[in-house]
Amino acid sequence: MNQTRKHDDQLINSVIRITGYSSILFVLLILFFLLREGLPALASTPLKTLFSIRWYPIEGYFGILPLILGSILVTVVATLIALPFGIGAAVYLSEVAPPWIRDILKPIIEILAGIPSVVLGFIGILVFVPFIRKFLDIPTGLTAFTGAILLGLISIPTIVSVAEDALNTVPNSYRQASLALGATRWQTIWDVTLPAAKSGVLTAVMLGIGRSMGETMAVMMVTGNAATMPVHLNSLFAPIRTMTATIASEMGEVAAGSQHYQVLFLIGIVLFLLSLVINIFASLVSTKSRQRSERLLS
Amino acid sequence: MTTTSKHRKEKINEQLGFIGLRIITLLTVIPILGLVAYIIVKGAPAISWEFLTAPPSNGMREGGILPAIVGTIYLTIGTAIFSVPLGVMAGIYLSEYAKESTLTRLIRIAIINLAGIPSVVYGLFGLGLFVVFLKFGTSILSASLTLSIMTLPTIISTTEEALRSVPNSFRVVSTSLGASKWQTVRRIVLPQALPGIITGVILGLERAAGETAPILFTGATFFLPILPQSPLDATMALPYHIFVISTQIPGMPVSIQYGTVLVLLIFVLGMNLIATLIRSHARAKRQW
Repeated sequence: MNQTRKHDDQLINSVIRITGYSSILFVLLILFFLLREGLPALASTPLKTLFSIRWYPIEGYFGILPLILGSILVTVVATLIALPFGIGAAVYLSEVAPPWIRDILKPIIEILAGIPSVVLGFIGILVFVPFIRKFLDIPTGLTAFTGAILLGLISIPTIVSVAEDALNTVPNSYRQASLALGATRWQTIWDVTLPAAKSGVLTAVMLGIGRSMGETMAVMMVTGNAATMPVHLNSLFAPIRTMTATIASEMGEVAAGSQHYQVLFLIGIVLFLLSLVINIFASLVSTKSRQRSERLLS
Repeated sequence: MTTTSKHRKEKINEQLGFIGLRIITLLTVIPILGLVAYIIVKGAPAISWEFLTAPPSNGMREGGILPAIVGTIYLTIGTAIFSVPLGVMAGIYLSEYAKESTLTRLIRIAIINLAGIPSVVYGLFGLGLFVVFLKFGTSILSASLTLSIMTLPTIISTTEEALRSVPNSFRVVSTSLGASKWQTVRRIVLPQALPGIITGVILGLERAAGETAPILFTGATFFLPILPQSPLDATMALPYHIFVISTQIPGMPVSIQYGTVLVLLIFVLGMNLIATLIRSHARAKRQW
C-alpha cells in the first residue's frame, strides 16, 4: 500500500517536473517552425529584393523595409503618446491617490487591458478615423497617426501596471528620509522615488514598446495598409503598413509553401526576434536592479 | 529669496504637480469608461432573442450571430482543456519544486518570452505546426491549441504567485506530520491558493476569447450557416466576425456591428468581473 503511494508520488512529481520545462520546449518549437517555414525565403528571394523599398507580392516585389519602418513609426509615436499618461497615472496611483481612489481606478485601467484589440480597431474605424480626417483636413483618416493613438491606448495598461509595481517596491524609508530632510512630496517623487524605481519604469516602457510592436488587429484596421516608405515628415498623417498587419491580411490568401508564404514567415521571424530582444532586455534590467537593491538593503 | 517664500513656492509647485497628475489620470480613465458606455448605448438596441439565437442571413446584413457566439465558447473551452492542466502544473513546479538554478532561470526567461511574442506570430506558429505539419487543418482543434500556448504564461505566472502567497508554515506543518511533498501540495497548498489560481485562469482565458490574430489562419472562418460538428471543423468566432463585418462587408448595418461588439465585450468583461469577484471574496475570507 505504502509502496504504491510512493510510486504514485514519484510519477506525479516527474509529470510536474516535465510540465515545468514545457515553456522552454514551446519557445523552441515556435522558433523551429518559424525557421522551418520562413528560412527558405532567403533561398528563394535575393537579399537585394528583401531589403528593397517596394512591397508588391503579386509582381514579385518582396521589399520588407517599408513594413519594418511602418512598424517602427507607429510604435515610436504610440510610445511617445502612452508614456506621459502611463507613467503619470502610475505615479498618481502609487504615490498620490488615497487608497479608496486607487481601488476604484485600478480596476478601470484593467478593463482597458481586457478589451480585445479588434474592438478597439472597430471603434477606431467608426470614431477615430472620421474624426482625424475632419480635424486635420486630410484625404483619409486611415493613417499611421490613427494607429499610433490606438496603440498608445493599448499599451497604457501594461505601462501603468508594471511601473506602479516598480514604484511600490521602493522602500518607504526612502520617502520618509526625503520628507524628513524637508523635501516636499512632489520633490520626493521626482528626486527620490522615481529615480529609485528607474529600472522598473524602464522595464514598463520596454514592455509597452513590445506590446505596440506586436499588436495586430487594431493597427491593421486603422492604418490604411499602404506599403509606402514613411520617409517624409507628413508620412505620419498618411496610410502606412506594419509587419504584423501584413502577415494578418495576406497569409489567408497565399498557398502554403509559396514564396509569398515563406516571406510572410520570414517577417514573423523578424517579429519573434524583436520581441525576444525587447523582453530579454526588459528582464535583465529588472533583475539587475533587484540584485542592487537587495545589496543596498542587506 | 527668503526661506518662507521659497517654501511657499515649493508648496504651490507641489499642488500644481498633483493637479497635473490627477488630470493625466482622469484623461486615461475617462476614455475607457466612455468607450464602454458608448458601446453599451449603441449596441444594446440590436440585442434581441433572435440576434443571439439565429445565424446571419442576407450576407451577414441581417439575422443573428449564434455561430460566432458558439464558436467563441468552443474555442474558450478548447483552450481551457489544454492550457489549464499544463499551466497550473507548470506553476506548481516553479513554486513548489524548482530550485534556483540555471535551468529555472531559463524557464523564467522562456515564460517572459512566451508572454511577449506577438499574437500574429502565434498564428503563424499554429499554422506551421498544427494546421500544416500535424495536418489538423483549419479547425477548432488547431485554433484552441494555438490559443493555449499563448495563454500558458498568464496561467503559469498567476498560479505560481498564488501558491507563493501561501505561508511556508502550512508546508512545514504538513511535512512534519509525515505527508509527502505531493500530499502537501495537493491537500494543503493548492486548496489555499485555489481562488488565486482560478482568477489567473479566467484572466488568461479572457484574453484568448478576445483574440483574433492567432485564429485568423488556424481555425476561424468567414461564414458558417450551421454550427461546427467536430473539433476538426473550422468555426466562426466573435472577434473574427467583428473584423469581417467592420472591414469586409460594404453596406453593413451599424446596429449589427455594435450589437456584435457589445456581445463580445459582455463575454470578455463578464469573465473579468467574475475573476475580480473571486479574488476579492477570497481576500475577505482569508485567515492568514
